[in-house]
Amino acid sequence: MYKDTIDRVMEKYQGNPQEILEMLLDIQEEEKYLPKEALSCLAEKLDIPVARLYRIAKFYEALSLKPMGDCQVHVCTGTACHVRGAPRILDELSQQLGIKAGEVTPDQSFGLKTVSCVGACALGPVVVVNGEHHGDMSALKVSKMLKQYAEELKEKEKKQA
Amino acid sequence: MNRLTSKSDLERLQKELASRKEPERPVVTLCQGTGCRAYASEKIHNAFKKELASRGLTDQVSVKSTGCHGFCEQGPIVVILPDEICYCRVKPEDIPEIVETTLLEKKTVDRLLFTDPVSGEKFARESEIPFYKYQRRVIFGKNRLVDPQNIEDYIALEGYSALAHALTEMSPDKVLLEVKKANLRGRGGAGFPTGIKWETTRNTPGEKKYVIVNADEGDPGAYMDRSILEGNPHLVLEGLAIGAYAVGAREGYVFVRQEYPLALENITEAVEQAREYGLLGKNILGSGFDFDVKVKRGAGAFVSGESSALISAIEGSAGEPRPKHVNAAISGLWGKPTSLNNVETWANVPLIMKEGSDWYSGLGSDNNPGTKIFSLVGKVNNTGLIEVPMGTPLRTIIYDIGGGIKEGKKFKAVQTGGPSGGCIPEEHLDVPVDFDRLNQMGSMMGSGGMIVMDENSCMVDVAKYFMQFLMEESCGKCTSCREGIKKMHDILEKITLGEGCETDLQQLEDLAWIIENTSLCALGSTASNPVLSTLKYFREEYETHIKDKCCPAGVCKALIRYTIEPEHCNGCGRCKKVCSVDAVEGNKGSPMTINQEFCIRCGICQEACRFNAVLVE
Amino acid sequence: MITLTINGKKYEAQKGQNLLQAAIDNGIEIPHLCYHEKLPPYGGCRLCQVEVTKGEKVELTTSCTYPVSQGIQVETETPRVQKARRLVMELILTMAPDSPEIQQMARKLGIETIPGGFPSSGEKGDDCIKCGLCVRACEELVGPGSITFSSKGPERKVVPPFEEEPESCIGCGTCVHVCPTGCISMEDLGRKRKLERWKRVLSMKVCNDCSSAYIPKAQVDYYLKRTGDPYLAEWFDLCPDCR
Ligand SMILES: Cc1cc2nc3c(=O)[nH]c(=O)nc-3n(C[C@H](O)[C@H](O)[C@H](O)COP(=O)(O)O)c2cc1C
Ligand code: SF4
Ligand code: SF4
Ligand code: FES
Ligand code: FES
Repeated sequence: MYKDTIDRVMEKYQGNPQEILEMLLDIQEEEKYLPKEALSCLAEKLDIPVARLYRIAKFYEALSLKPMGDCQVHVCTGTACHVRGAPRILDELSQQLGIKAGEVTPDQSFGLKTVSCVGACALGPVVVVNGEHHGDMSALKVSKMLKQYAEELKEKEKKQA
Repeated sequence: MNRLTSKSDLERLQKELASRKEPERPVVTLCQGTGCRAYASEKIHNAFKKELASRGLTDQVSVKSTGCHGFCEQGPIVVILPDEICYCRVKPEDIPEIVETTLLEKKTVDRLLFTDPVSGEKFARESEIPFYKYQRRVIFGKNRLVDPQNIEDYIALEGYSALAHALTEMSPDKVLLEVKKANLRGRGGAGFPTGIKWETTRNTPGEKKYVIVNADEGDPGAYMDRSILEGNPHLVLEGLAIGAYAVGAREGYVFVRQEYPLALENITEAVEQAREYGLLGKNILGSGFDFDVKVKRGAGAFVSGESSALISAIEGSAGEPRPKHVNAAISGLWGKPTSLNNVETWANVPLIMKEGSDWYSGLGSDNNPGTKIFSLVGKVNNTGLIEVPMGTPLRTIIYDIGGGIKEGKKFKAVQTGGPSGGCIPEEHLDVPVDFDRLNQMGSMMGSGGMIVMDENSCMVDVAKYFMQFLMEESCGKCTSCREGIKKMHDILEKITLGEGCETDLQQLEDLAWIIENTSLCALGSTASNPVLSTLKYFREEYETHIKDKCCPAGVCKALIRYTIEPEHCNGCGRCKKVCSVDAVEGNKGSPMTINQEFCIRCGICQEACRFNAVLVE
Repeated sequence: MITLTINGKKYEAQKGQNLLQAAIDNGIEIPHLCYHEKLPPYGGCRLCQVEVTKGEKVELTTSCTYPVSQGIQVETETPRVQKARRLVMELILTMAPDSPEIQQMARKLGIETIPGGFPSSGEKGDDCIKCGLCVRACEELVGPGSITFSSKGPERKVVPPFEEEPESCIGCGTCVHVCPTGCISMEDLGRKRKLERWKRVLSMKVCNDCSSAYIPKAQVDYYLKRTGDPYLAEWFDLCPDCR
């Protein structure tokens, strides 16, 4: 079922095992996470133990073996954001979504994650949602922001249906 | 575009680009760095285009996207050339007024000018703003003039001349000598002399050699590498090509964090354009020198910024450090001699070639030549990226450039060097900042993060914060770092929970010794700096936590209480509305109270209160 | 050949050798846990500390990762070395408090108990010190690479991929053999072999003569495939005792 994806990345990187990390990033981009079957399939194609891919997938923060939620909320907990109150924002997000950092809401709509520094430190505290940066955040702004994304999700669903 | 095949080709193109330039023509430059993009600067770009078109000005005014100007907090930033009028925090709705007033009537829109938060004074020109005025932007300055996605912009500003000069008029040895004489020191953290590293690579026998740009930038709170790579990628490529020529490498890698999508996009585009113009690839500028570059993505592991780990990552394994008794300069990527340098280090190389080592070493302090870009963030008024000569005192940086502490609060410490660095207290504010002085103070240069903390920052919490960061980011290969940092973190956590005991500080020091002396890589061996430096300068604060079970800064949740001062509370109930656990009690119109049993000390009530009635005890 | 001094005496070593191996070859004891002579040095346990003087430079370093060079002076028992070794051992002991092997090593270094104040880390009853010998032996000595490390920092542990039964494990028991803490169990229960830690259960091949279940079928298949030698199949029909 992931054969097409795997074939594409194998071709793009000419099956070069030195490009494993690039391949995994590409697979994740397409599938939104790294399904176990995809890793097994890639290992077979590369003729390497799947353990090697598993290890890389578990090593890097950006790679995930679980589906990550349609709307990904990344709270920067880098130093600049930390001293400007990132922990409070994380608490508030956690409260409102009812999940801890690293988890996904039961309906798969929101995923909450901490990241250390997204390189927009001067705007701290920063929350990145689906790649969009929200600078100068505060706990007070959390509910409005979540509402906006929840609505966007709903609309997207409607369109798809 | 035809490939440039000689130095004179390049010069011809530069002349042509210069002749096309109309110095009087108004140019609207828009910062499109990540900071300004976060504030929707793309919408502003479109708004300008639309407004100019509707007034039929498209032919008279150019609109240009540039890299980060550094003053990210004031974004989106618009600078109008040639008068350099700088507008801050511009919104799409402001555009018609800017076009009308500034472009047509040649007047300024005062409300969009930068206003000094302390004196209230307004500044029209970018260079007059104190944030810029005290800087010396020899590396970073061009960011605001070039469109990073257009190589001709870079070439027009004498770009690639340094490479052309090196390739045609200097031998590799001479280039090397120049860099050695300039005493360029690595900007990635340790300040290792770049020339010596290159020389080792050059002198190691072997056909294949590599050069690598370390753009993994995992140091939380620092983002200068991102901004250079995003804003002026050709500067880095030019430096890299010169370095490759000096050490005898034909292949180079740029290793960029996947979390920096714009940097990845711009450097990838830059590599392609440089190839198209014959500035990378075979027989560069007819000199017979071949050199090409590949861009590789990192996937978010602080430790993979360490040189041996980064090399493992490029080779396709987990980015874990290796024992380093044999230097990467001798045996690096695929066991071949490799010179690996930080983004900013490479960006310094063209400047050294252009201005010469004498000029370069005249900049900066003793044995610390050149400038350094810092990310000045945290509780200062003006935050952003700044570039100053090495040896500039912290006070100048924080007060003159940074405009002092936010909301008039009291300065407490500045953290430099990221997780490997330390916290510097007020009494050392006059110390000139360079590699050696920071080391002497128990901190580090690191990649140049400078996080300012005020009286509301708790030093024990900061130390715990860094231990947590390092604990999670340690690769976990070696015992001392993996187990030792966890133990330190656990002790600090205990202290912040009010469960600390007298022997804890001694134990922290013992653990610090073992981690420092027996860890495999520098993540471990520098990991105790945040704890040791705060213990050195803020021991009292630790003791207050341990003995009096009290957090003077009001940060450690277990040791504080939020209360509402009845005299100040007018019963508006905003706090009640925002509290997610219904700990605020009372009726509208009369003073509220906080039920300590339910309160989770999130502090949101304090943020919500407009009358400063919520206090921390 | 290279000459070096260890604890004041001159010894010879081979070029390219690591210092720990050179010491072992010369009968000098340096405590170590993650080094195995058949595997490349790893530098994980940090126990094999020594002090090396080379020219002006004196450094505390792990001997397994240090390549010998002409004229270096090595000290294996200075106060600094002993302190480092002891403190590292204490950290290791908190990971494997119940392992008799580790306890014995610790006692040799004069450590009787884990200092009370240090909060203990690692899962209780785990006893893995994360030296990676099992992982490295499986991939580099045997070949299947059925187990690996997962995660970073203190979360790091050795697991089969996805923490599920590893199909590729051939049950050879090499990991059991190299593990310095004895924390990988391998049991033969009738015609099954069980490696609890890796969640692996394998069926055994039975000797044609004496009917003892003597080797996992998967191991036989693996050897046959690796060697491509058809005669070997017959050889495996009998157990070593009956051959
Ligand atoms: C844990 C760790 C993380 C590091 N991260 C970075 C990084 O993100 N960027 C960087 O340039 N150097 C980083 N370094 C330093 C590199 O190991 C290396 O010294 C540097 O890139 C060399 O370049 P330079 O000589 O130009 O400074 C890191 C070092 C350690 C120990
Ligand atoms: S010091 Fe830390 S990061 Fe470096 S190798 Fe050891 S465990 Fe890994
Ligand atoms: S199981 Fe044994 S051999 Fe494997 S890492 Fe743990 S202690 Fe080392
Ligand atoms: S610390 Fe949050 S963006 Fe850098
Ligand atoms: S034996 Fe040298 S570090 Fe483990």
